[in-house]
Amino acid sequence: SKCVYTYKEHRDPMLKKRDDFEDILEERRNSSDLKYALRCYTPVLYKGVTPCTSSMLKSMVLQSDQLHYVINQVSKETGKATDDIKEEASAILEEMAQCLQLSTVRFFAFTLSKAFKTLFRSICVNEDGIQRLQQAIQEHPVVLLPSHRSYMDFLLMSYILYTYDVALPVIAAGMDFMGMKFVGEMLRMSGAFFIRRSFGGDKLYWALFSEYVKTMLKNGFAPVEFFLEGTRSRTSKSLTPKLGLLNIVMDPFLKGEVFDVNVVPVSISYERVLEETLYARELLGIPKPKESTSGLFKARKILSEDYGSIHVYFGQPVSVRSLAQGKVNRCQFNLVPRHIPRRPSEDIASFVNDSAYRLVRAQEENMVLKPWVLVASLLLQYHHQNQAAGQKRGIALGELTAQAVWLRDLSRQYGAFLHWPGTVVTQVFTIILLALLEQGLYFFELLSQAVILLSCASYRNQALHVFVRPALLALAIHTASSNQKQEVFNSFSFLRNMFSNEFILCPGATVQDFEEACYLLVKTGALQFTQQEVLVTERGHRTLAFLSTMLDPFLQGYQVVCRFLCEEATETLTEKQFIPAVRKFIKKLLLAGFYLLLFLRFSFVCVCVFFFTSAFYKMHNCVLCVCVCVCVCVLSR
Amino acid sequence: MDRLFECVNCKLNLCQYLFFHRQEILKWNGWGYSDTRFLFNKKGQAEFTGKRYRLSGMIIPALQNWFEGTFGASVQHKSPAMPILTSSAVQPPTLNEAFVDELKSTGIPCSHDAEDRVFRGHGHCLHEVFALREGKVGRVPDIVVWPNCHNDVVKIVELACKHNVCLIPYGGGTSVSSALECPPEETRCIVSLDTSQMNRILWIDEKNLTAHVEAGIVGQELERLLNESGYCTGHEPDSMEFSSLGGWVATRASGMKKNIYGNIEDLVVHVKMVTPQGVIEKGCQCPRMSTGPDIHHFIMGSEGTLGVVTEVTMKIRPMPEYQKYGSVVFPNFEQGVACLREVAKQRCAPASIRLMDNEQFKFGHALKPQVSSIFTSFLDGLKKFYITKFKGFDPDRLCVATLLFEGDREKVLQHEKQVYDIAAKFGGLAAGEDNGQRGYMLTFVIAYLRDLGMDYYVIGESFETSVPWDRVLDICRNVKARIIQECKDKGVQFSPLSTCRVTQTYDAGACVYFYFAFNYRGLSDPVHVYEQVEHAAREEILANGGSLSHHHGVGKLRKEWMRETISDVGMGMLKSVKNYVDPKNIFGNRNLI
Repeated sequence: SKCVYTYKEHRDPMLKKRDDFEDILEERRNSSDLKYALRCYTPVLYKGVTPCTSSMLKSMVLQSDQLHYVINQVSKETGKATDDIKEEASAILEEMAQCLQLSTVRFFAFTLSKAFKTLFRSICVNEDGIQRLQQAIQEHPVVLLPSHRSYMDFLLMSYILYTYDVALPVIAAGMDFMGMKFVGEMLRMSGAFFIRRSFGGDKLYWALFSEYVKTMLKNGFAPVEFFLEGTRSRTSKSLTPKLGLLNIVMDPFLKGEVFDVNVVPVSISYERVLEETLYARELLGIPKPKESTSGLFKARKILSEDYGSIHVYFGQPVSVRSLAQGKVNRCQFNLVPRHIPRRPSEDIASFVNDSAYRLVRAQEENMVLKPWVLVASLLLQYHHQNQAAGQKRGIALGELTAQAVWLRDLSRQYGAFLHWPGTVVTQVFTIILLALLEQGLYFFELLSQAVILLSCASYRNQALHVFVRPALLALAIHTASSNQKQEVFNSFSFLRNMFSNEFILCPGATVQDFEEACYLLVKTGALQFTQQEVLVTERGHRTLAFLSTMLDPFLQGYQVVCRFLCEEATETLTEKQFIPAVRKFIKKLLLAGFYLLLFLRFSFVCVCVFFFTSAFYKMHNCVLCVCVCVCVCVLSR
Repeated sequence: MDRLFECVNCKLNLCQYLFFHRQEILKWNGWGYSDTRFLFNKKGQAEFTGKRYRLSGMIIPALQNWFEGTFGASVQHKSPAMPILTSSAVQPPTLNEAFVDELKSTGIPCSHDAEDRVFRGHGHCLHEVFALREGKVGRVPDIVVWPNCHNDVVKIVELACKHNVCLIPYGGGTSVSSALECPPEETRCIVSLDTSQMNRILWIDEKNLTAHVEAGIVGQELERLLNESGYCTGHEPDSMEFSSLGGWVATRASGMKKNIYGNIEDLVVHVKMVTPQGVIEKGCQCPRMSTGPDIHHFIMGSEGTLGVVTEVTMKIRPMPEYQKYGSVVFPNFEQGVACLREVAKQRCAPASIRLMDNEQFKFGHALKPQVSSIFTSFLDGLKKFYITKFKGFDPDRLCVATLLFEGDREKVLQHEKQVYDIAAKFGGLAAGEDNGQRGYMLTFVIAYLRDLGMDYYVIGESFETSVPWDRVLDICRNVKARIIQECKDKGVQFSPLSTCRVTQTYDAGACVYFYFAFNYRGLSDPVHVYEQVEHAAREEILANGGSLSHHHGVGKLRKEWMRETISDVGMGMLKSVKNYVDPKNIFGNRNLI
């Protein structure tokens, strides 16, 4: 059968070698920021670079074959004169284009130094990763793919690259920033280019945008940076990747316009994101404040708070050529001129999708986890259990410490990138608890506040990627009708499918994921495999209980949405109405005394919208029922 | 006749030499004439021996430095070839006695001497020559026959069919597609049909400007004989010193001056081919016909799988009144390609126009013979100063186009001006006749240079493709990069020489030639590494929209890609032709399909 346990020793996540970190703020605290901002900046460039200015870039785009073709096409379709469309195009490009200027970068280098020093204790960077990046930049065009948790991300990236004398990137940013007077222009001058959030059918816009990005990439003008997740993750859980930009940056390689493209995943882990409370409120349905300069000014109060440290890990550059090896037949571009835009073929679409998941996983793998991510996970589980039992008891410090040490060891074995300062456990915990106290997280009466609960959940989410596969297996073992391997696999596969939009689970990798989960659980002594059966060991019960409890909030969320769809939803429900309607439904449930483990989260509901509405409108009621049944049976075991 | 290889021994009829024992004047385990080779003399300077070429007898002072610098090789580290063939290395022939007896009764000369057989059992692919240098011999023909005329061939083919032996036609032996390799799985007696005896011009028709020639004639001999009557064919493939007319037809050859004279398919008016089913030929010598698919196109490119080409009627032209070389320096390869594209667009390409990349430009430079006068070296220095300092060309980026104009004097000069004007628009500077001439010389001596490399642990090869204009730059960059990357991945210690040139222009695209060589010290199986890299390079070519071959042909080396190149139905068509013409697979070299 295909679910044989073959996860190889050499893929043991624990043996993964990771680089050491260096704190870049330390030097800033000891030397002049002004001198730093004005120092000589001479990055190495791509060997095939054709030096050009931002305005030359624009004219190259406007004169490109692709644009000519699309302009003619649009003109034929709409009857507008080509000259008018050209003007329109040049206006769009004007709105979009970056104009990277060293003086602005220097300004940011100075002000950000000041701000970072007040906000953060340290900004740790793996210097080996920077060296690999330097090398990669010289060889091939480079795409930087940082994780996205905060508005800080791209400023931080440029700041680090400036510090290490690496070529500054051009960054794809949402149009939202453009609304900010002055700041938008500043960002533009520091390398940001702005794209509309949606331009689905606009051929001209798409052509301009893709050609603009490709031109910068092909000429080696600068590394291109964008966020695979498309938007900031409000829950600290990686979002399923958006493919538009990835498609664009892979295109020059697939069409042979460059020899290769290096993609560098970057993992930025915040001890505490600046937007922490903002996110929690947003998840509860309070709309996100519009980006504005005055808003930014008002937000200056965050400067007085302590946001701990940031870890930035530049991952191994991934060659698109090696990713595509054996997966894509590049000859498919031989029969039509390459400048004529075409919908990507099936093999290319699935290749880009696969790569996107692999890259997000690469980001996840190098996310640094702080001790209190683990503590938050434990606290939340205790809290839920207490709530369910109607108790309001705390947990003894000693017990929590012991639990945390257990969890630390477990997560290390699962390959987590833990940042565990020192070995003296109690000392660490005093620090953590003090920090918790500062935030009002101490003791549980306070935890009833939704915002804090959600903040806590978002810490827990940071560790999800470490546990998700074993957790799915743990759940599968509980739900499977027998201990037969095949049964467990089927159940695993069902759960994995159900959560395929919730966690980063590479499409089509069910068997690998299953093997990985089996390997990890066997390695930690929680499971044993016989010829036909899967057996939970004596000491395995605790691990499995912890793991499956981790998924409870998600299951319950899905269950509620299912109930909503079955009980209340009408066929005319639009996507826009869906989320508020679900929220209302939950409120009703809560008032009726139905206890929920977790307040429904915005992003998760979005995922559900996609997942269930499509099913719903296709009237696949049986699917829904199965989902509901599984959820119910899992929760009531 | 091209003045570049003025044959000092022209009075000797080459064909008489090439007769039964070619190996007496040609190398048995390398390229070209036995008396002509590169070597590093005791002082470490490179020397080109013999008297046949312009470069012959000269010292080439810069070659050693270039060679050692480019490959990380050293003239101290030699990897000499086995000097002579040991007959014990050659398997005794599998003779079909009945066939041999009947053949002997016809009086057509034949031989099963080991040297004769080995000589006709290979082309000039790297792996073939490498094996010979090591004294290794695989499956070779069992017997060699020398038909004297068309009728002899008819007899031989009839006998072959009757006795079920395998026939492999052999022309000049310059194949670089493993086309002459005997299929190791062939159990029948293999007969090499050497066409070298059929080397006469049968008639010249001055009214129609055609010549009827036997297919075994070698390129330079054909030109020499036609020149005596004031004519030429103008067909000059790089191998023309040794390759034969029949070989050109069988592989769809292309000549350097195709812009004026056309490729082989444009030159051929009439072909006669002997197949197991009989003789195929058209009933007239008309310039063009609308009579269904052109049967010539079954013959051209059939690579010896259908029959033997015996006689060809070819177009001829009066010898050009005037010839002039030229060259243009471009600041970079991109500009050079843009210029060639423009020249093609305006349809004003000279007889030949070729663009070398920077590496090849340097290579060409390293082949400059010792300058005799201080004045010339001063002039060279001045030119260099002008181009790099005054014009600001980066010596590590600039590239050179070489040109050859032909025709009557006035038109040539006019044409020359037109081309130089276009070049100027792309930043090109005229760089003199000498550079142009040296560029073309490189073509003829480069094959000798491979043998020099092989004496010092360096192996290499060239391969070609054709590609649409918009892909030229991309394919050049990507294939060169792929070669470098593959060498690195395969454990080659030193960065390889990976270079290209655009050698032909067409309305819709160009022909690109790649040269690739590396130092194989430290590799246990260099030929295998070489083959893997070449394979990867070909995959890269195809992925970048290039063709499987522009003029080298498919042979056995590139067979695996035929299906994707011509589609399933295309393969079926070729196979059904083969099945009809040669159902017993008498022409069993297993090329192409």
